[in-house]
Amino acid sequence: MTTLFDHPDNTWELIANGLPWTLSLAGGSLALGFFLAIGLALVRLSPFRPLQWVAYAYVYLFRSTPLLVQIFLIYYGLGQFEAVQKSFMWPFLREAHWCAVLALTLNTTAYTSEIIRGGLLAVPWGQVEAAKACGMGMGLRFRRVVFPQAIRQALPAYGNEIVLMVKSTSLVSTITILDMTLIARKETSATFSIEPLFIAAVFYLVINFLATRAVMWLEYRMSPDLREARTGKTLPDQDVVRAH
Amino acid sequence: MKKLTTLLAVAALATGVATAASAADWGKGSTVRIATEGAYAPWNYTDSSGNLVGFEVDLYQDLCRRMEVECTLQQQAWEGIIPALQAGKYDAIIAGMSITEKRMEVITFSRSYAATPAVFVVKSDGPFAGFSAGIDSVSMADIDDAEKAAIAKVKEAFAGKTIGVQIATTHENFLNEFIAGDVTVKTYDTQENLDLDLQAGRVDAALAAMSYWKPLLENDGGKGLEMVGPGFTGGPFGNGVGAGIRKEDQALADMFSTAIGEAIADGTLSKLAIEHFGFDASAKE
Repeated sequence: MTTLFDHPDNTWELIANGLPWTLSLAGGSLALGFFLAIGLALVRLSPFRPLQWVAYAYVYLFRSTPLLVQIFLIYYGLGQFEAVQKSFMWPFLREAHWCAVLALTLNTTAYTSEIIRGGLLAVPWGQVEAAKACGMGMGLRFRRVVFPQAIRQALPAYGNEIVLMVKSTSLVSTITILDMTLIARKETSATFSIEPLFIAAVFYLVINFLATRAVMWLEYRMSPDLREARTGKTLPDQDVVRAH
Repeated sequence: MKKLTTLLAVAALATGVATAASAADWGKGSTVRIATEGAYAPWNYTDSSGNLVGFEVDLYQDLCRRMEVECTLQQQAWEGIIPALQAGKYDAIIAGMSITEKRMEVITFSRSYAATPAVFVVKSDGPFAGFSAGIDSVSMADIDDAEKAAIAKVKEAFAGKTIGVQIATTHENFLNEFIAGDVTVKTYDTQENLDLDLQAGRVDAALAAMSYWKPLLENDGGKGLEMVGPGFTGGPFGNGVGAGIRKEDQALADMFSTAIGEAIADGTLSKLAIEHFGFDASAKE
């Protein structure tokens, strides 16, 4: 991982050296988890019962066990089996950061799939029927009508998930990854002062402030139909609402 | 900015610290709250039914009897063990803590009750099995040429490799100061987690006290592991292991020192050490 400061001369710089870990672990697992979650949500909503059950079992398992336990089981647990150590997966599972990405991704996939499922179910059925009436195929209907609205409706809840994931990355400090939390813990124990932990907390506050602002901006951009038009004229469907 | 964060920190902890500031009157009949880590066998660990056991658990009972005080024992994670002592959560640390100059800046210690060299452990079927640095012991207090060469040899042998160590220990300080560079130092919150990774092959070697390794290597948990290289003592490893106590409670530290002296004199300490470590790691007169 890149080092921001080769010779940190204060605690701020020292802890900032853990920032790339925090950002890459949160960003990486959120990105991977987002796409996996779309797939999982669709499986959950598929008409095939056994598939629904499998998806539900996955969500249930990962939502109902602590992330810390999942991280420990993946890192320390899997490493104990010789079969795992001899398998082709070992070069990945040997490394703490891949174990961390795996655990965080599996976890966020479970939560995000529920958020997206909620969004998909919130799209009014009438619109799907209207799209069908216009002759749209299933793929086109999903891409043009259902998915954009589902995402928009899921966005506030997803913003929450982003904040949770940024904070959850601190748990990887338990598996030897030198993220901001572990650096702060090391400094705290070396200096016997809790100042490093306060500084780390400030970093998390700033990251999450920026993340929530970004989500708010995205929400605004994705909801032009809910705003008054810039021209001062109302949009056609708002006319309809007002006419009633 | 540094002042500001310190101020914030102090403000937030004010309630906790306020109770800790004044020194108690220590003497016969006092109640002494003792903390240990409970994850560093055979010094102090938790058995399968959740009880704290080990060398230091037997030791504190003996010392408390000698001091004629009431003692309670509680468990505390290693990293926070000194800050919590200062915050007044308990009065003494008996947790295999080495007496170092750095720690002496913030707390005081009783006289030492045990001393044990630091040793590397590797897998016996790995590339470092049988590794030798040429000499058996390195005294870090004053390093001579042969010892300097031995340290260089260790550094060279593990270049590009990973050595695991428990966080906030004298062993971590030693690695950072003398070995780190081409060698990656990986830190663990407990020694037990480090052992798992040593077995899994995620670290090429681990550094800890010989008193910890010896019993481990003799049972199943240490299967396929062996000690290599010299035993390191002194310097960053401190002057033996003692009970850590707040500076303002020097009276309590003196009481512990006297009791430890008695336990050394009548042979109790070395008996306990042999019972738990398999060799006499106890401090001498």
